[in-house]
Amino acid sequence: MSPRRSEAGGRIDRLRTIRFTFDGAPYTGHAGETLASALLANGVTLFGRSFKYHRPRGVLTAGVEEPNALVTVLRGEVREPNIPATMVEIYDGLTAISQNRFPSLAWDVSAVNQLGGKFLSAGFYYKTFMGPVIGPLKGTRFWMFCEHFIRRAAGLGKAGTAPDTARYERMNAFCDVLVVGSGPAGLMAARAAADQGARVILAELEPHFGGSANWSGETIDGMPAAEWAARAAGQLEGRDNVRLLPRTTVWGYYDGNTLAAIERVTDHKETPGKGEPRHRYWTIRAKSVVLATGSLERPLVFPGNDRPGVMLAHAAERYANEYGVLPGDRIGLFTNNDSAYRAALALKKAGAVVVAIVDVRPELSSEMRKLAGEAEAEILSGHAVIATEGGKALSGFKVQRFDMVNGALSGDARSIHADCLLMSGGWSPTIHLASQAGAKAEWNEALQVFLPPKPTTRQWIGAGAFTGSFSTAEAIAEGRAAGLSAAGATATPAALPAIDARPGDPDPAPVFEIKAEGKSFVDFQHDVTADDVRLAHREGFVSVEHLKRYTTLGMATDQGKSSNIPGLAIMAEALGKPIPQVGTTRFRPPFSAVSIGSLAAERFGDLKPERLTPMHDWHVANGATMYSAGLWYRPMIYGHPGETIEQAYVREARATRESAGIVDVSTLGKIAVQGPDAAEFLDRVYTNMFSTLAVGKARYGLMLREDGLAFDDGTTWRLGEQDFLMTTTTANAGKVMQHLEYFLDVIWPELKVHVTSVTDQWAGAAIGGPKARQILAACVSGTAVDNAALPFMGIVHGEIAGAPVMICRLSFSGEMAFEVYSGAGYGTHVWEALIEAGKPFGLVTYGLEALGTMRIEKGHVTGAEIDGRTTARDLHLDWMLSKKKPFIGSAMMDREGLIAPDRLELVGIVALDNQPLNGGAHIVEELDEANPHGSLGHITACCYSPALGKYIALALVKGGKARRGSRAYVSDPLRNRFGPVEIVSNHFFDPDGSRMHG
Amino acid sequence: MLITCPYCGPRDVIEFTYQGDGNRQRPQPASQNLDAWNAYVYDRLNPAGDHNEIWQHSGGCRAHLRVVRNTLTHEISSTAFARGDHNSVARHRAEDKP
Repeated sequence: MSPRRSEAGGRIDRLRTIRFTFDGAPYTGHAGETLASALLANGVTLFGRSFKYHRPRGVLTAGVEEPNALVTVLRGEVREPNIPATMVEIYDGLTAISQNRFPSLAWDVSAVNQLGGKFLSAGFYYKTFMGPVIGPLKGTRFWMFCEHFIRRAAGLGKAGTAPDTARYERMNAFCDVLVVGSGPAGLMAARAAADQGARVILAELEPHFGGSANWSGETIDGMPAAEWAARAAGQLEGRDNVRLLPRTTVWGYYDGNTLAAIERVTDHKETPGKGEPRHRYWTIRAKSVVLATGSLERPLVFPGNDRPGVMLAHAAERYANEYGVLPGDRIGLFTNNDSAYRAALALKKAGAVVVAIVDVRPELSSEMRKLAGEAEAEILSGHAVIATEGGKALSGFKVQRFDMVNGALSGDARSIHADCLLMSGGWSPTIHLASQAGAKAEWNEALQVFLPPKPTTRQWIGAGAFTGSFSTAEAIAEGRAAGLSAAGATATPAALPAIDARPGDPDPAPVFEIKAEGKSFVDFQHDVTADDVRLAHREGFVSVEHLKRYTTLGMATDQGKSSNIPGLAIMAEALGKPIPQVGTTRFRPPFSAVSIGSLAAERFGDLKPERLTPMHDWHVANGATMYSAGLWYRPMIYGHPGETIEQAYVREARATRESAGIVDVSTLGKIAVQGPDAAEFLDRVYTNMFSTLAVGKARYGLMLREDGLAFDDGTTWRLGEQDFLMTTTTANAGKVMQHLEYFLDVIWPELKVHVTSVTDQWAGAAIGGPKARQILAACVSGTAVDNAALPFMGIVHGEIAGAPVMICRLSFSGEMAFEVYSGAGYGTHVWEALIEAGKPFGLVTYGLEALGTMRIEKGHVTGAEIDGRTTARDLHLDWMLSKKKPFIGSAMMDREGLIAPDRLELVGIVALDNQPLNGGAHIVEELDEANPHGSLGHITACCYSPALGKYIALALVKGGKARRGSRAYVSDPLRNRFGPVEIVSNHFFDPDGSRMHG
Repeated sequence: MLITCPYCGPRDVIEFTYQGDGNRQRPQPASQNLDAWNAYVYDRLNPAGDHNEIWQHSGGCRAHLRVVRNTLTHEISSTAFARGDHNSVARHRAEDKP
């Protein structure tokens, strides 16, 4: 028998022993209990070291709000830090370690920080890391050096570096009524809503349904409350319209009644079941939400209130009633309200000695005196605890007479021997979700709590302690009413289960702090003391939001669940204002920590879909180095063994210009524009005319944005009177489609045009070079491909190797070139036939690098130049701006700023030192390597040009056209590339186009 | 946030693409009134409350919708096809008649 385990009681399975380790030491516990409970049962009091001062800390609570007892759970190589021991269910083989201690929990060197308390006060970081402003270390990195060690000393658990091998999943759920919390209120609400036929989800963050019924020791409907709760949950489980979610924390409340929840599916298991994820992230859309989230007990603020052995009163009651564990043998209580008396009695019954109940109130009700009598506890009314004694465990506490009107202490201090001190500073409703939903909390003076407002819609409805109704009888009645209302029914009178509960007045005395010598903690997890709050006030922080950020009060992983109200009360007192005037901070998601894994679920690794052209496998099988271009994968080069990238693309480009080359252009955006008004529509969309285009011909087109800047370019083919095939750049395919749809839907709905994305329906191969026509002639049947049948920009239909193809004679490379389109399914078949036909003619495959090289030689623009800042004139495309018709952008393109003479204009650049150029390098008039300045513009694309035998580039340069023929310099300090260049026309190669017109 | 598409029903906002302020008035294509064009391209309302917006159901039927959304509460008070009556069945039927 463990030293602190009671003989009987609780819902733990005493027949099943669970073995686990904490900080390497083996322990045993029972199935159904938490790590906190099992360690307490083993007599462990020291759970961790505090954030700043490394003070020894025990366990303060029994639930999700735990600020002190944070542990790291190890599963193989994977470590998960900062888990409250109160939320870890033990299982065989559980390995947990304490945090923020070195070299060990019991003997921690950084505990000397406690002696430097003044130095580590509020705003420590802001004050310290300014660095020395005078003296020899001024302006040095000395403080950054120190910061490294200070940061290491302060903190929580360490994250692991091993990849998380667990699986996570996401679920979407829809319901009429989501009930959050399964105490008596939540259970009644779920039952009432389910009885109305509503689809109900009941979420409970603990492993067991029932909430306070599991440990209150009350009687509901003639049976122990825990049994009543288990029966109620069991009845709900069997219903088709109810889904029960245990171990599920609803942590976020978003627009449109969308709530986020995390279900811890297998954290409590030694090994997950087959197919079970570790966590499941639920997105729940609820017509109505019943918030039955209960309340959280508040600590009292007094010197030494953080010593191991000091615990919340209800937490001890819960350990005793639910887990059969006594947190001490000689227990004292310190309270400002009646609820602690019930705890005293529970602990007495479980076998502890209750040495004293210290109550700040001078007058106590006869009922409370009776309860104290039953607990055989000495009553010290009108007293307060002013200090605690002991080291890593409590050995006693000191009390003094206390006047709760003015907070004055008087009389002699008296020491009381005890190994456990329970405190209760009243209860705060858990209003986090309502606050997230936008509800403004209102201060209730009698209850000393912030209450949610009365809801005016059915969006959410509160019940039980959440609304400040702290008794079980009220919770049962409110729960049923809330469930009915949420399901859209009207409340009818009905017999409710009878409750047998201890008496008690829910109103606490308005006492939050006992001012005496020593550190009194408000925020246990972030080591914020009452003096820190007052210091912040003295330094001028008057807003509660500023107070929070300056002191970091409530900003730890527990998000101030236990510290918000005491901190606020102390701030209000310092300001001399009532609490409601100081206000409270708004709660934001998440309610408690959420695993990143559950948010990502199956969406990890490479999240982009891969777009592959129909010929992808052929490219890979034939030595292509693939390159990702947006979502697409395209061949960069088809390298030969031993070739550099530059050698490969130079060979490919040279061979294309000497004989012929073929490139996969399937990625180009393709949009079918069809309908009686298709030509008119294209006239409005493009800067140039398309209504004049003959059927069977293609035309190069340019689009502007509404603001007059260049948007996209490409060729559009007229396949029929009302049937056009538009091509776009690869990168802009989606944007152009959306642009066209927007104008058809919103601006010109009267146009009878339909646009369809057909990018994936066509495979495209561009074959160019002096021998290109001969190759086509060798493999195309059903049509001639000579100059008469297929002139420049002409389109013919035919067959290649039995597959129907559409061929358009147009050129991006500047060579005599053809784009061969076939159905996507024939793509590889046609491609292979072209390769085969090209063999006698020296046809090469070429990739994006050679494609880019040939387009730079020709001075064609792509997305690097149409960068959202350039106009048609900047790119020397003003010849495409029709003066005969308005088009998108025509009104705005002539604005002053867009026609200024010093705009960046497209030019060609030739390196005069025969060295490579780089994209992004600046062009300058005067070279100053030490102090680069005076940029005229930048390089957008560069290559080695086999046609010119030089390193060349395209660039956008101020007043570029006028600078043609002049000298300048490339200035690229990042890559240390400086050198002389010549500014030339962007049409480097074959400027009159004789090769492609051939 | 849910947007109720008149074709597809209530759908999650991730299926939609915001396509701008629905209050914009595009001048006649041939208009040379630069102030009107400036207002159309650049001037935007930024109301704290109901706002007329264009959303495209880009992950669904691709229709553009006129949506009235409260910028404070994200409450959507109306959705309709941006095409207006150009989309109506009655109009198409009337035109289909010989």
